[in-house]
Amino acid sequence: MTINLTLLILMGALFAIGIYLLLERSLTRVLLGIILISNAVNLLLLQTAGRAGLAPLYDPEIPAEDYLDPLPQALLLTAIVIAFALVSFMLALIYRSWVLARQDELADDEEDRRVASYAGAYDAEEDASAEDETTEFADETDAVGRAMLNPRRGADEDAPDPGNGPAIAEQGER
Amino acid sequence: MILGMLTALFAVSILTPFMFQRFGRRTFFLLAAVLTAALVWILSYVPAVLAADQAAAIGEPNAPPAEVMEWIPQFGVELAFRVDALALAMSVLILGVGALVMLYCARYFATSERAAGPFAAELFAFAASMLGLVLSDDLVMLFVFWELTTILSFLLIGFSAHRIYARRSAIQALIVTTFGGLAMLVGLVWLGELTGSYRLSEVLTAGPGLLADPSTATAVDIAVALVLLGALSKSALVPFHFWLPAAMAAPTPVSAYLHAAAMVKAGVYLVARFAPGFHESTFWLPLVLGLGLITMLVGAWRALRQTDIKLILAYGTVSQLGFLVMINGLGTEDAALAGLAMLLAHGLFKAALFMVVGIIDHQSGTRDLRKLSGLGRSQRPLFLVALISTASMAGLPPLFGFVAKEVVFESFFSYAEATSSSSLLTLGWLVVAGVVLGSALTVAYSARFLWGAFATKRPVPGVAVARTVFHGPVPRVFLAAPMILTAFTVVLALVPQPVQALAESFSTLFDPMEPGVEATYLALWPGLTPVLGLSVLTWVLGFALFRVRDAFGRLQANVPAVVEAERGYRGTVRGVDLLSSWVTARTQRGALGWYLFIILAVATLVPLAVVIFGAPGGRSLAERASLDSVIIAEQPLQIVLALVILAGASGAIWAPKRFMAVLMVSMCGWGIAGIFALQGAPDLALTLLLVESIVLVVFVLALRSLPAGIWTQSPTRFKFGRALLGIGFGVVMMVVAAMSMDARIAEPISMEFPWMAYEIGQGANIVNVTLVDLRVWDTFGEITVLAAAATGIASLIFVKRRDVQRRELHEVPSGTVGRVLSDKALSPRQFREIKVARSFATVAREAWLVAGRTVAPEHRSIVFEVVTRLMFHGIIMISLYLLLAGHNLPGGGFAGGLLAGLAFVLRYLAGGRYELEAAIPFSAGALMGWGLAVACFTGLVPLLAGGQAFQSFDVELTLPLFGYHHFVSAVLFDVGVYLVVIGLIVDILRSLGSEIDVRSEREGQRASSPGHGIHGETSAGVAR
Repeated sequence: MTINLTLLILMGALFAIGIYLLLERSLTRVLLGIILISNAVNLLLLQTAGRAGLAPLYDPEIPAEDYLDPLPQALLLTAIVIAFALVSFMLALIYRSWVLARQDELADDEEDRRVASYAGAYDAEEDASAEDETTEFADETDAVGRAMLNPRRGADEDAPDPGNGPAIAEQGER
Repeated sequence: MILGMLTALFAVSILTPFMFQRFGRRTFFLLAAVLTAALVWILSYVPAVLAADQAAAIGEPNAPPAEVMEWIPQFGVELAFRVDALALAMSVLILGVGALVMLYCARYFATSERAAGPFAAELFAFAASMLGLVLSDDLVMLFVFWELTTILSFLLIGFSAHRIYARRSAIQALIVTTFGGLAMLVGLVWLGELTGSYRLSEVLTAGPGLLADPSTATAVDIAVALVLLGALSKSALVPFHFWLPAAMAAPTPVSAYLHAAAMVKAGVYLVARFAPGFHESTFWLPLVLGLGLITMLVGAWRALRQTDIKLILAYGTVSQLGFLVMINGLGTEDAALAGLAMLLAHGLFKAALFMVVGIIDHQSGTRDLRKLSGLGRSQRPLFLVALISTASMAGLPPLFGFVAKEVVFESFFSYAEATSSSSLLTLGWLVVAGVVLGSALTVAYSARFLWGAFATKRPVPGVAVARTVFHGPVPRVFLAAPMILTAFTVVLALVPQPVQALAESFSTLFDPMEPGVEATYLALWPGLTPVLGLSVLTWVLGFALFRVRDAFGRLQANVPAVVEAERGYRGTVRGVDLLSSWVTARTQRGALGWYLFIILAVATLVPLAVVIFGAPGGRSLAERASLDSVIIAEQPLQIVLALVILAGASGAIWAPKRFMAVLMVSMCGWGIAGIFALQGAPDLALTLLLVESIVLVVFVLALRSLPAGIWTQSPTRFKFGRALLGIGFGVVMMVVAAMSMDARIAEPISMEFPWMAYEIGQGANIVNVTLVDLRVWDTFGEITVLAAAATGIASLIFVKRRDVQRRELHEVPSGTVGRVLSDKALSPRQFREIKVARSFATVAREAWLVAGRTVAPEHRSIVFEVVTRLMFHGIIMISLYLLLAGHNLPGGGFAGGLLAGLAFVLRYLAGGRYELEAAIPFSAGALMGWGLAVACFTGLVPLLAGGQAFQSFDVELTLPLFGYHHFVSAVLFDVGVYLVVIGLIVDILRSLGSEIDVRSEREGQRASSPGHGIHGETSAGVAR
């Protein structure tokens, strides 16, 4: 295929400027960057259609190669309209950001910043020492607590006799 | 039938919580009954299993009962189940102990325990998963059930989720076993690929062949080691053993089931399952015997130090699991028989003992052996159950534990004899010595357990610890479960034939230790053999150790723990935590620009690398350098336009004012429209011009509230870096574009488009026909996106409801629209200007626009109103023409809709929001909805006529005024597009135009003092 240097270089330049703007903090400039990038992509699509040709209006006399390739054109038409919707949506976003926060620039994400500054921290609970428990019924040996938790339990056949709790013998090592 | 059974079991599990709501803890009885029924069902397979050839894969003659259902044939995954002797033995253990555990649960949980419903469901699902695991004959299904048991075990261990210890233990068990499970998955897939079949029985048959073939031997060795890693982590072998004692945080029924009879046996099962095919693999015996022996000794050693009787059992289980893995992995005929018998024996006594511990804990509130005292006297039946089961654990006759252990010893003994004829210092004898030592320790901790739970303690001579008292008698059902298990321990010792039959059947898969040697058998009295001598030795040593327990305890306390596996685990987890938070802190800095920078840098460097080093299989850069032809431009005008565009783009960087930057970017758009036109794309040029015009207006409408200058509080740094990245990306894109265009070798598909458009689509405008016919589905998707975007815009601005302005025009006072600042807020000069403007605006008759009078006089332009009035209808007519003619001439639904939208933009700008309402009294949502409906309709009608969706058809008709028209249905689709585009623009106008007007006016009324309102310094005036 033939390469059109003007279009190629123009596309590169639009990409470059678009990305430069995209990396700005001002939301308006970010949006302008996006528009420029979409323009660059449009040029890329246009180049895939090859050399300039006739407008794709069918005439049985004209061979298919003489038209400008219609497929990239259909893609481009779609791209243009979608880009319009996208730009409008982003404008609404910018307006909303201005109404809510009176700023039109990209703010850093506070949560991410907190995580970043908190580097090296981990859940302290992870390594907290837990007591070895020698019963699953710890809550239930406490008669008062049990009565509060389960008032119905008094009639249960498993009910313990609070007066005869387990005796504690010695404090041993483990 | 097998699949049906598994499905039924899982279904019961799902229904369990609902049953609980109705029947409370009595549901456990029902669950026990279901598992018993399943047990009876699996037992019905016994004759068929015993008669079958255990090695035969599914489909071969005399194969064990099996069932196969196709699931994912592309990957060779099947729902394949096969009941052989090993699976049957495991199933009996799982279902039998499962039924008894359910029975036990019926008394273990208080009637008021709310979490018992989900718990029961999980426990039951666990039983089903375990059954599926042992019956699976497909590697993938095996893994699926394997991981199901892991997940359910996590849930069950974490039953007391409010306790940190339970949560931590649950996560620990999950991480450790999942780690092993993933290693196993790799191993299983590898084995499946090497064998060419995922059928477990076929893989095992192929195993020895693969090991003998030097080309696959190494791969099989590694794959088998990976599978073993999974088995070892599941069965809590060193170095993964620590999760099992920690898992004692689970309710005791879970420990009795998962950590004694079922889940931990999954690893042993896997070893037993793979042993026939792969016990000759290089790493098999070192791993199985080495780690097994270490685990047996470590577990028993640590069991002797515990003061919690449940933990004694837990470490005892660790020890026994090592023992079981050793014997099941040995790979001889005797060992297989012994392994299976030991597996069952362990399940019987260990589950019973856990249940005993649970009863003690439940009735007395402690498991601490220093607090428990005198239970042996007061709780005779419980003590008897514990005594028998403990004796079985210690390997004392006449119990099943003894019978099984005898054959285990015999297997190791004959293995040692066979492998080491001359020297005593060989691996075989080392193993025998280790096993004897381990068994002696087992006897010691068994005695310690029994003593700890039931003896009357006298820490100081003569002074007894207060007697432990149970609150109430032990319910009969509660005690029944361990009692039944214990009964089997006794009965199977006296009548070992059923186990013998099953285990014998399984052991046919292995060769005997030496050819011609008679296979061993289970018997209560093996006769006076050296092996019996070894058993006696273990008893003597064990009881001696128990006698000197205090001295031995002091000795143990003085031996430092060389390596503590749990500490290693925690260190690893902490290390991973630290690493991840370090990486997060470095990469997630919270600035979008930084993320984009990284993404774009990757997007630049990766293609660059491909360009430089050449794509795999593609041509290198040097080869590509020869381009067919390069032209500078189609014509000089293209270069001029390119320069204009470049100027616009550069202007966008430098422009200090917001709208100036916007204008600069619009200039680019117009320039590109020009390039489109020159290149031969009139449709594109037309559409882009219209879009650019509307975008400019939308920009102004949306940004009029914002400050005029583009200032930022924190100006972006890294200008140089950004510029470099931008240029780099641009250059890479240029190279990639040039290369990819050079790479085209095939004829473009669009060469067919022209005639197709004309013949099939019946339109001359190929691009338009492409959109509404050839590629109509794309367009349909696109207009849906447009509708979604419009709705998004409206919801961002209106927040609550859109299209709210429903005031009658005559109710609106004149000159109110667009009055942003109250008169008081104006400077004297501004006030004078407005006064002059107002004097001109008082006209008696509204000649030009319907709502013109509502606009504040200072914002009215009579010229604009007149022009709008004159042009509006004309523009609408042209837009309709573009719409209808678009099929054959440049135009179409998009261009037409945009032009119509532009007409409404004019009305709005000239006459304010009430003018817009008067111009188009429909809601934007309705317009877009109708548009989509029309498009949809066009697609559906051909279906009714028997054609395909969106197939076009044509109608010829003569309309008055329009004349003869050849009407193609695709045009109707374009009408849908037209409506959607108008809806989009009207929505934008109402949101970014009207609604912001309303807000600004409200804001203006609130701000009374000069310069106070934000609009004083903004570009609000530009819009008008």
